[in-house]
Amino acid sequence: MRAALLIQRWYRQYVARLEMRRRCTWNIFQSIEYAGEQDQIKLYNFFGYLMDHFTPASSERNLISHIFRENNICRNVDWERYFCYKSIEVPKLYSGPHLSFPITCSNAAELVEAFKNKQQLHSRYVLQLLGETWRLLRILPNISQISTCHSKEITICGDLHGHLEDLLLVFYKNGLPSSEKPYVFNGDFVDRGKDSLEILLILFSFLLVYPNDVHLNRGNHEDHIVNLRYGFTKEVLGKYRLHGKKILKLLQKIFSWLPLATVIDNKVLVLHGGISDTTDLHLISRRKRQNRSGMTDSDLEDDDPTAKPVDSSRRRVHSLTHSSSTGTRHEVQRRSLQGLNNRVTCSVEEELKERRRQAGLSQSYGDLRNSLANSDSDPDSGELLESYGDEWKQIVDMLWSDPMPQDGCVPNEVRGGGCYWGPDVTEEVLRRHNLTLLIRSHECKQEGYEFCHNRRVLTIFSASNYYEVGSNRGAYIRMGPDLVPHFIQYQANRATRALTLRQSVGRTERSALRALREKLFAHKSDLISSFQEYDPENTGLISLGHWACAMEAVLRLGLPWRVLRTQLVGDTLDGMLDYHLWFRELSITEPNTEVSLLETMYKHHSNLETIFRIIDTDNSGLISFEEFRQTWKLLSSHLQTEISDEAISDLAVSIDFNKDGSIDINEFMEAFRLVGGDLLQNEGDPH
Amino acid sequence: MAEDKESAEAIVSEVHKKIRAAFDVFDHEFNKTVDVREIGTIIRSLGCFPNEGELHDVIAEIEEEEPTGYIRFEKFLPTMTKVLMERKFRPIPEDLMLQAFEVLDKQKKGHLELEELTKYMTQEGEPFTQEEMEEMLSAAMDPDKNLIFYKDFVSMMTVDDPR
Repeated sequence: MRAALLIQRWYRQYVARLEMRRRCTWNIFQSIEYAGEQDQIKLYNFFGYLMDHFTPASSERNLISHIFRENNICRNVDWERYFCYKSIEVPKLYSGPHLSFPITCSNAAELVEAFKNKQQLHSRYVLQLLGETWRLLRILPNISQISTCHSKEITICGDLHGHLEDLLLVFYKNGLPSSEKPYVFNGDFVDRGKDSLEILLILFSFLLVYPNDVHLNRGNHEDHIVNLRYGFTKEVLGKYRLHGKKILKLLQKIFSWLPLATVIDNKVLVLHGGISDTTDLHLISRRKRQNRSGMTDSDLEDDDPTAKPVDSSRRRVHSLTHSSSTGTRHEVQRRSLQGLNNRVTCSVEEELKERRRQAGLSQSYGDLRNSLANSDSDPDSGELLESYGDEWKQIVDMLWSDPMPQDGCVPNEVRGGGCYWGPDVTEEVLRRHNLTLLIRSHECKQEGYEFCHNRRVLTIFSASNYYEVGSNRGAYIRMGPDLVPHFIQYQANRATRALTLRQSVGRTERSALRALREKLFAHKSDLISSFQEYDPENTGLISLGHWACAMEAVLRLGLPWRVLRTQLVGDTLDGMLDYHLWFRELSITEPNTEVSLLETMYKHHSNLETIFRIIDTDNSGLISFEEFRQTWKLLSSHLQTEISDEAISDLAVSIDFNKDGSIDINEFMEAFRLVGGDLLQNEGDPH
Repeated sequence: MAEDKESAEAIVSEVHKKIRAAFDVFDHEFNKTVDVREIGTIIRSLGCFPNEGELHDVIAEIEEEEPTGYIRFEKFLPTMTKVLMERKFRPIPEDLMLQAFEVLDKQKKGHLELEELTKYMTQEGEPFTQEEMEEMLSAAMDPDKNLIFYKDFVSMMTVDDPR
């Protein structure tokens, strides 16, 4: 019947439009997310820039050495003392779970229950649990091996990102970990979600109870610098005001000791990010067991080198950028891969010198090198230097890379670390290691999982509603001896399941557009100048085509602007847009000098906050005004923006800092957010 | 006149860019191809209202001689440009939509029963799949009464549509 036909036609059109909107919304979130990660890498580059420009005479010297100041404690024995929980008393009023060690499976189950009921574990138990975990991790291999013998099915979970409700849902559907129910957790347990610490505590407790059946792989977010930016540091300090700093420090160590990958039945490789054309698993797994001649075990143990500072800033510089330990598993700090090699050779040389000095050897580096050239007595040390850089790159690749549809292997410019690898690389690496499947995570997928590269690569993502309520489902894998993956999908929030397609797209879209508007605000002056280029006669009007070009040129998010236009632009006169009017309608004020300082700061507020937290090495929440001023000057010179001292001082005054010369970071960022928020809502007066 | 020609070219160029933008959203491999199953979504998102039969005709025109499951942009662009320039598959005005529902509502109740609508949508015209039917019901149906108040439904959908 014609009527039925008409209705069907109409409705299908509608659904198609929704689908388009959903895709675009997804693109928005993803591009902003990756732009954020890129920013993070740029931050590392900033520190590289600092190091390059550091001279003893420069006035920023104090700031820089402060940033890179070394802690005094450096041997494991001393660390153990520092992390000791024994002096912490648990008050009688404490109603949370009590843990006893060695931890039992009922303890672990109790912990899950407690967190489900929103209880918090006492810091004494936290430190105790983390301490035990650290001790265990130090004896685990870099690459775990598991087998599905005894018809055991293995469960594999992807990114959780602090979404406790998803982990609880998985346990509910699949059962708690046990010897009958082995689990692999594939990294990115923390950041973004609000219960990252609880997830870690649960995973670690099961790890301690079932060390052969629970396997954790490190993700790129298991890194204390990334945590400064993406919320985990804040979460811990907020939940544990007294002992948060210690907990964070211990976690820093734990992260650096997490295994990097898991292999199932020698056939299936599970790791967080991916691979590159140079991936060599043998290299990675061998690393730990190598023995350096003339170096004692205690030297091999941890990440901080010597007791006696030679040139404190230089030494710490080296450990910020990459691990200072040689021969053991590293703390991975991501940096731009350019310029890495110089730094590696200099700092490794320094490191070796110090260690040799400690060990009482008098050989210089040059001598050592020569002696290597002449004899094969110690192939390891020479190999160390060359492979040091390689190994580091491999680890970064394993944690940060993404698959791409085209053949080849290119640097991952979007994330700023790792690479993009193609199907040919997959085939080659799998063949080289005699593997059949690569399971990885790292990228959010709408259905919770996705195959690519001829079903040789499988992405699994376990945080549902990652970008926004209703944005995606989470999933986990069950795999038996046949090594065929079976998927179970879910979505944590009950309410989202009841949402219609339209409602969930609408909601996610509103969220994405809000995030996008923030970006527009942050780039307002650039956008206006770009529009003006297309409007030489200053009519205030530009065509929609030009609008789209300008948006991409300034924001560089790779978004389909023409498609998004309907969501972002209201009425047009004959296809011409009044851009000043448009900005006003978006509730963005006219730029003036005061606002442009704020705008610049707002654009970089994430970086600013991260830098602040790095400067605040004792995590007290306070930095001095002078440090703040110097930081801002450094950052602005790196970004090549011109900000006068006076402007900074005025800004400081208007945001009303304590007059005692110290800045409460939280207060500053909060006030800053409020001021930024006001501007977004067009309250008129920027201050 | 020269000016007219220029503005005509400008219009076509703009149309091309629009088509390109919509196409790119679904070009997952960045190689100027999309899965043929997404063509319907792309065409519709550009503002066209083809029915399934018309869609198949368009696809037949742009498919490769030996169907690969993928549509290349070079083939898609000219066909789609023609569709847009000739204003094929025009949108359905709201009042016409209302009339269509009223035709189905034989007893003129002002609403449709769940079974009524389901029967029409899944058995007549170009039938809905079960998934499509469920989705429409979740959007259109009053869950307490299992009735579809189509007047509200039509206005809600029309308002919703950003044009």
